[in-house]
Amino acid sequence: MTLALEQVLNGLQFGVMIFLLAAGLTLVFGIMRVINLAHGSIYMLGAYVAAASEARGLPFAAAVVAGALGAALAGLVVEVVVIRRLYGRDHLDQVLATFALILIANDGVSIVWGKTPLLMSTPPALGGSLALGPLTYPSYRLVLIGAGIAVAVGLYLIVQRTRLGMLMRAGATDREILGALGADVARISTTVFVLGALLAGLAGALLGPILAVQIGMGEQILILTFVAIVLGGLGSIRGAFVGALLVGLVDTLGRAYLPSVFHAVAGPDVADSLGNGLAAVAIYVLMAIVLIWKPRGLFPVGSG
Amino acid sequence: MVSTPRRRIVLALTLLALVAVLPLSALAGQPFWVNAATRIVIYAIAALGLDLILGYGGMVSFGHAAYFALGGYTVAILAANGVDAALISWPAAILVAAAFAAAVGALSLRTSGIFFIMITLAFAQMIYYATIAVKAFGGADGMSLAARSVVPGIDLRDPRVLYAVTLVMLFGALALAGVLIDSRFGVALRACRGNERRVRALGFSVFRTKLAAFAIAGAIAGLAGALWAEYARFVSPDMGSWTRSGEFLIVAILGGTGTLAGAIFGSTVLLELESLLAGVTEHWMIALGAILLVVVLFAKRGLYGWLAGSSDG
Repeated sequence: MTLALEQVLNGLQFGVMIFLLAAGLTLVFGIMRVINLAHGSIYMLGAYVAAASEARGLPFAAAVVAGALGAALAGLVVEVVVIRRLYGRDHLDQVLATFALILIANDGVSIVWGKTPLLMSTPPALGGSLALGPLTYPSYRLVLIGAGIAVAVGLYLIVQRTRLGMLMRAGATDREILGALGADVARISTTVFVLGALLAGLAGALLGPILAVQIGMGEQILILTFVAIVLGGLGSIRGAFVGALLVGLVDTLGRAYLPSVFHAVAGPDVADSLGNGLAAVAIYVLMAIVLIWKPRGLFPVGSG
Repeated sequence: MVSTPRRRIVLALTLLALVAVLPLSALAGQPFWVNAATRIVIYAIAALGLDLILGYGGMVSFGHAAYFALGGYTVAILAANGVDAALISWPAAILVAAAFAAAVGALSLRTSGIFFIMITLAFAQMIYYATIAVKAFGGADGMSLAARSVVPGIDLRDPRVLYAVTLVMLFGALALAGVLIDSRFGVALRACRGNERRVRALGFSVFRTKLAAFAIAGAIAGLAGALWAEYARFVSPDMGSWTRSGEFLIVAILGGTGTLAGAIFGSTVLLELESLLAGVTEHWMIALGAILLVVVLFAKRGLYGWLAGSSDG
């Protein structure tokens, strides 16, 4: 029971971090209809800037802020130089151009920071564990869960309660009409893109201490992020949140329990292969089932 | 295949260059040219199938590497179990890939646009992680083939012979795709890209047309995977990774979608560019990325379309 609770918390922690990435990706798609494969590269950049800042003696919190701001700056440059030219273009062009950005980002990072992974340490104050009833759980992971939920609430308030949020929702429903009503769609798009980059960079910086900061880290998480937003329904913040939690929980719990489920019903060799295999693909199976059942995701947005 | 004279010339020159690799490499004493050319031709075959659904059917499959991997693993698994006759294992590879593509297509074609892209990717990820997880097939380390398959009267161990065989396969795939595109089926497929409702109104089944094309594209990728297994004498999960699917897309788009021959041109350009840049700088990826970016942003029909002049594809 304690173990199960721990796995649920792990899944929740993974899920809220995926949400930080999914939020930006889904807003960019919702408003600009752009598929951005390079979102994972911005996340990677956030992690590298944070790790490098910490290595130079910056306190942990400042390093995380530096990572998020560095990612936001990179987002601004990428939006102005590349993404802006992809509005209204074929999805194919977008896939290809942002795939090219991944190549550039990966090689660029290896030029600046080398090919060996960087290490980032947990701040001493958060290095311990906290007792939650019968369970002791690493404090830092609890902070991640808290930070993720705080960002989710903040983002929800921005989208639902502010003028920018209203424009964002309008843009997701109908970009042309929004422009015709006199809103500066280009500026809203840039703002949203930079906000998304900031959140991705924040996720990278926060995950630095529990993952290896390395080239290719963005691609691994990017696919899961896409699964999350496609599950939730593209363009929907609520969908991204539910999708991200589903991905985090199904992936973590699948890996923790599917192999032992198979051990209970099959021989050890078969069970190892099948259990591990199925655990690894569980999240994709879920996505396929959801899309077959609801082709536009769980919380489809508008008509477009 | 709508062809302009200039386009025919580009195609003819590319094919001629591929054929000329054999005598030229012997003359120049550069046997490794044959290996490089074999890789180009195998990529071209895979991208050719992809372009059939991408350029003509408007279906962006982001999981094409899965069928490539299935083809390769079929050959490797059969070989490990003593079946080394290419006349059995290659058709088996094609069938396995086609069957999986048909299943994926049947489920994915209910969606469209980005959802189609993502669901094809999801199925490809299933294959990718399955190949990593199943220890019996080598897991993450992959599987080596003890020897190349046997074809009566042909010695595939000779790299030049293997190259000639892959080249024949490429010509065969090109001819098949060309015939398909010009047939009633091909016209219906191209019409699906334009306006599905009209296709339906004319009495064609959009779903069946697209599904058939999707399965054929999978079959062609399966053949490419089988040839890759023979060429490398090694298969690994990397064959089905999503970046590999991305590479196939790049090859098809770089050459110009909806041109078929562009796949050959794109594969030649991409792989040559890679080895050329790798020779110049350790950081060839950044250069390749920059070149790709410029091509996408400024040459909308791909290199081949740009070279061969504009016309509808």
